[in-house]
Amino acid sequence: MRVLPRVTPRISQAIAFALLWMAALMVILPVTALLVVMFVKGRGSLSWSLVTSTEAGGLLAPIVGTTALVTLTAVIVAPVGVAAAIYLSEYARAGRLVRLIRLAIVNLAGVPSVVYGLFGLALFVMLLHFGRCLLAGACTMALLVLPLVITAAEEALRQVPRRLREASFALGATRWQTVRRVVLPNALPGIITGLILSVGRAAGETAPILFTAAFYSLTDPFPKSLFDPIEVLSYRLFVIATEVPRIEEGEKWATAAVLVALVLGLNALAVIARARLRRARRW
Amino acid sequence: MSESNTDRPIEQPEGEIKIETRGLNLFYDAFRALTDINVAIPARQITALIGPSGCGKSSFLRCLNRMNDLIDDARVEGDVLLDGGSIYEDDTDVAQLRKRVGMVFQTPNPFPMSIYDNVAYGPRLHGFGGRDSLGEVVEKSLRGAALWDEVKDNLRKSALDLSGGQQQRLSIARVLAVGPDVLLMDEPCSALDPTATFRIEELMLELMERYTIVIVTHNMYQASRVSQHTGFFLLGELIEYGSTVGIFENPKDQRTDDYVRGRFG
Repeated sequence: MRVLPRVTPRISQAIAFALLWMAALMVILPVTALLVVMFVKGRGSLSWSLVTSTEAGGLLAPIVGTTALVTLTAVIVAPVGVAAAIYLSEYARAGRLVRLIRLAIVNLAGVPSVVYGLFGLALFVMLLHFGRCLLAGACTMALLVLPLVITAAEEALRQVPRRLREASFALGATRWQTVRRVVLPNALPGIITGLILSVGRAAGETAPILFTAAFYSLTDPFPKSLFDPIEVLSYRLFVIATEVPRIEEGEKWATAAVLVALVLGLNALAVIARARLRRARRW
Repeated sequence: MSESNTDRPIEQPEGEIKIETRGLNLFYDAFRALTDINVAIPARQITALIGPSGCGKSSFLRCLNRMNDLIDDARVEGDVLLDGGSIYEDDTDVAQLRKRVGMVFQTPNPFPMSIYDNVAYGPRLHGFGGRDSLGEVVEKSLRGAALWDEVKDNLRKSALDLSGGQQQRLSIARVLAVGPDVLLMDEPCSALDPTATFRIEELMLELMERYTIVIVTHNMYQASRVSQHTGFFLLGELIEYGSTVGIFENPKDQRTDDYVRGRFG
């Protein structure tokens, strides 16, 4: 006996579509809302002089510091991450060691970033006597993004068709010659994209640099060597939002807007780099 | 051994032998892909391997330049002799082996580089000297693969812009550039149209003067057109081996007879 009226396939289809559409829309809404609120509230304080000034509240120092941090992080993580990915994708045979490495990667990716910060403090700042500085911060960030870089690079390497490797081996190439001359050049667009996206994440992180690199200074904001502390956008935002009294609301939002713009800019760079490099190489 | 090889209609060729297999078995994990293959392949002739899909003919071909090494759970028993010397010794230099035993694959697989760089790939790997002589090797190899006249003005063009048939001749040129004695061809025409197939077959007959060629094909007409010797594989066993004329006109095993007459496979 049917109590409810029969739902026709047409109606169930319409309901399903509406629900799925709303779920998808939920992704767009928060992003849009966030961007709109941020720029509207920060609009009054956003100006060219804000990002080029070294006066109190000026963002030039943290922009320089963030850029330096991101660049150094990329320089440190790229060789290790790509080498590990090459080992996993091209050399390793399935077995206990590989399972162990993969387990380590998954776990590394799951460690909270504040733990990385404490670990970086213990290892780089104190044990290795780097002090709180750019280098210690970049090393800590490199650890944080290492699993992302390995995973992205391995994915890019696996995209290179097997038949190209076979062609190379059949011509008498060793594994390394094949990697260097065929696999790596063809995987490079994907690797570079993955690297930029990964370090883009580092640009927005606060916890890992909290104890290892960041400081808030009104007098001497620019690092002169790898062993100087740096101002970083995310840390500046953290400080002015929580610790410094009487900061104008607009300035906080403007700082947040600049940080988000920097991260989105890096993501855009990754997309452009991929498109450019893809056009040059195809198979 | 339930069925000894000697009971089989296997006629080893006369004259100079380039490759010989002795009790060759190939396993993928527990699966036995090849059973006890004993065959002698004559120098500077074309030997065709025929049989239905999955019969082991391609796997056999890949034993001859040790491409099966690349498969994690593949294991070879028995031996393969090249010019009388085993290629499965512990200290065999596999890269050097593959230099001598070149391979052309089923689908054309040019590298995403220029035509010139594709052909120069092998010589550069093996430490080739001056630029001029490298250019000469490239030209000679492209001429050898009957491709030179079509590409000589566009050597810097991407190899991926060539047609399928041209790409397959480029693959052959790339192999010739490392100076092999043997060419293994794994269904080299299966991705090509009839005209391109005809050109490759013509080319094979030219190359036969200097190279020992082993071709896997599922096209029996191709086997009968180009080869002097034919082996028929079924379920990982070499059922019959002998002169191509003999195999096609007067097969001794009933299964060979059924296959070449198109009754199965």
